[in-house]
Amino acid sequence: MDRKRCCVKLSVHPSRGLMDEKFTVLVQNVLPGFQLTVYAFYKCEGGYSWEAFAHYTASATGAVNVSEDPSRGGTYSGVEPMGLMWSLRPVPGSKSGLRMRKMNVQTPMEVTISVYQGHLTEGFVDQVPLAAVVVERWYMAPGVRRIPITEGGLTATLFLPSGPGPFPGLLDLWGGGGKLVEYRAALLASHGIAAMALDYLTPQITKETGKMVDYEYFEAAYRVLEQHPQILGSRIAMLGLSFGTSVTLRMAVYSQVIKLRCAVCISGSHVQPIDGSVAQIMTSFNDNADKTRFNEEQHVIWRDLLMPIPTDASLKVDVGRLRCPLLLVVGEDDQNWPSYESAMDMKEMMQRAGNEHLLTVLSYPNAGHLIEPPFTPSARASAFKTISNTPQTVMVLWGGEPVAHSVAQEDSWRKTLVFLRVNLYGGSQPGAAASSHL
Amino acid sequence: MHRAVPPVISVTPSRALVDETFRVAVQNLPPGSPVTLHSLHRSEDEDLWEAFGHYVSDSRGTVSVADDFSFGGTYTGKEAMGLLWSMSPVPGSREGLRLRKKNVCIPQLVNISVYGGHVEEGFGERLPLASTLTERWHLGPGVRRIEISERGVRGTLFIPPGPGPFPGMLDMWGGGGGLLEYRSALLASHGYASLALEYFTAGELKSADKEFSYFETAFNIVREHPQVIPDRVGLFGLSLGSLMASYLAAESSVIEPRCCVCVSGGHLYPRGVFCYFCRHKLRVDEHNREIWRSINLPIPEDLSQKLDVGKINCPMLLVNGIDDQNWPTVECAEDMAHMMRAAGKEHLLTRIEYPDAGHLIEPPYSPHSRATKFIKDGVTVILLWGGQTKPHADAQEDSWRNILAFLQKHLYCTQNPKAKM
Repeated sequence: MDRKRCCVKLSVHPSRGLMDEKFTVLVQNVLPGFQLTVYAFYKCEGGYSWEAFAHYTASATGAVNVSEDPSRGGTYSGVEPMGLMWSLRPVPGSKSGLRMRKMNVQTPMEVTISVYQGHLTEGFVDQVPLAAVVVERWYMAPGVRRIPITEGGLTATLFLPSGPGPFPGLLDLWGGGGKLVEYRAALLASHGIAAMALDYLTPQITKETGKMVDYEYFEAAYRVLEQHPQILGSRIAMLGLSFGTSVTLRMAVYSQVIKLRCAVCISGSHVQPIDGSVAQIMTSFNDNADKTRFNEEQHVIWRDLLMPIPTDASLKVDVGRLRCPLLLVVGEDDQNWPSYESAMDMKEMMQRAGNEHLLTVLSYPNAGHLIEPPFTPSARASAFKTISNTPQTVMVLWGGEPVAHSVAQEDSWRKTLVFLRVNLYGGSQPGAAASSHL
Repeated sequence: MHRAVPPVISVTPSRALVDETFRVAVQNLPPGSPVTLHSLHRSEDEDLWEAFGHYVSDSRGTVSVADDFSFGGTYTGKEAMGLLWSMSPVPGSREGLRLRKKNVCIPQLVNISVYGGHVEEGFGERLPLASTLTERWHLGPGVRRIEISERGVRGTLFIPPGPGPFPGMLDMWGGGGGLLEYRSALLASHGYASLALEYFTAGELKSADKEFSYFETAFNIVREHPQVIPDRVGLFGLSLGSLMASYLAAESSVIEPRCCVCVSGGHLYPRGVFCYFCRHKLRVDEHNREIWRSINLPIPEDLSQKLDVGKINCPMLLVNGIDDQNWPTVECAEDMAHMMRAAGKEHLLTRIEYPDAGHLIEPPYSPHSRATKFIKDGVTVILLWGGQTKPHADAQEDSWRNILAFLQKHLYCTQNPKAKM
């Protein structure tokens, strides 16, 4: 190696950021017109290696600014400030069906960003980069407190923002995969909302009794928030993704205990048998299992299980009775749930009932089912372990084209935070906040 | 009970290097309300440091420290970083404190809060409307810390992340002695493999020859490291360390520094011994704080009492505070320039001098201490360093930017000297 050559300078700012913050990657001190590859590498908690890369040509001042300059090729192209994060993919030869999810939110994601000479597409491990830096990406802002909750038979984690409070609260529900997934709640707490991640499909109590939880479980979780000395009992929201939407809509309309200030429903539907237990919602889906389709790669498409959207009022949540603002986020290429069609039907129901002013729909062309907080990779399909007495792992098609999906994640997250801020922090009356802010 | 929704306070970025700026903002306040922004830090020595500014929220109920005026407090005017650089020990603290980070592997935690009204004191007894925590780091992610104890040299080497090789630095503090890693950690976070050298106190140095070879060996440890570019190693010194840097640059036949940064230093040493106590010239101020600046004034004509800086062959950056009460650094810089001019070396010299800045010119946003405790011959005294808080803070911010640009230019070969940092 030529030790006398000019030293390439690589910097990423901020070097320690929150997961939803953008960074700027700057390469300096190369010759004008120099061809280089910017490369990102991450080893996830499961031990799998992920990479992203892009080809750039240095400017007349001998620099490359990833936020401003176009990538000429790689795992993303064009001007993409955060392309190195959302286009991360498992390295060649990896196991199929991987999905990146950070389960330990108390440590940061450590990504190595390097720059290589030339336009490389492979063999990064065998080359010595010109320079490399490490970037930390955090789900928890400094001062956010993580509190495991086991009282009342709950399996949950509460994240409190830093400061004396009191803070608005939020119940955070993921979907049919179960488990206690904390990262979105941790991020919401980093934005000033006391958020509780709730495991409602695989909680301790279900493992012990074999029975799925019902209204009382969610109401108990709500009460923990409502009674917490650092949480404002009159300003509690619910956020659900996928099956979490089914629960959120049911509780918002039918629970006598849960009084929501607002609700956010991502990639879900209001279609469910409204009489009966939450468990029966699950079984009603299974009853339509014969509507399962497969694509050419034999990935499972479940969107038809709820189609067509029924006209029978007993088969869908009566959203006409909603009294709080509702934000629906849907991907038009959702192959897992008919979320777009459901959103359109909900809109029509609310128009007829006269409460449409409460509704905001964010609909994203070519986005898939798993609309998550931004700047992490999305999977068009991944391995999914079903929750049942005989769990099996299948490759589920979520849908979504990578660029459009990452745009949907970035835009919907920003708008979700605005929606929550306006409804949880603003106004003296729920519903008074106009959705025109979005 | 219907409780009010509190305001939301944010610091962006919430985690940063100590020399990076942040934006402190408060939202959701009633419009036109007087509030106090307050910072609080508990040092490693368990002392509390604080700063505060008085603001009025705008018509949308927001306060932005970077954009709005502070009407009073420990700083006034539009000062994005005022909550850090204007910190001082809380009332009732011990005397003569200086804020210096010892463990660079964990960040400095600073609480930023907003209180209702324009508060002057008693922050500890009130509940803030909101507060948040921010982390200030000397160590960037991926920087490696290596303890050095070889060939008689003691120190800590910080290597930037990446394959390297990197330009190197020998980093020397002042006559207080001990091992302080924070500036080297920060330099490594900017791409320099930097050795923080464990320093003897002035009294411990017995003979000039022994001192010299210790520093030459330290320099070589950096130069010979496999991840350091051997002909791109510089010297960085403050106070006595600055004098050492100049001495090595002028006199060493063994090492060739690529460039030198000398902060608050000089070129005076009587009769080859680094002893600077001529007690009859020692003054004290009205608070019994020792002022050493006139001890070696006027600058001697006698060449045996000062370094022959005309022999220096590398670029030198001299950074000094005009209100330095500890050392006549500006007078020295003037004399050094004169000597270098006579030797045809003036083109190597860059001088920056800051009005109302004192002796301890440190990385930016660290609090200014006009006088602090110092152990001299085993006795604790209070030394007057000089400087007024706001100009000193400005000097720290401006000089650091100039220092990094100087190092970039001489240690990283840059195509365009005006390239953005």
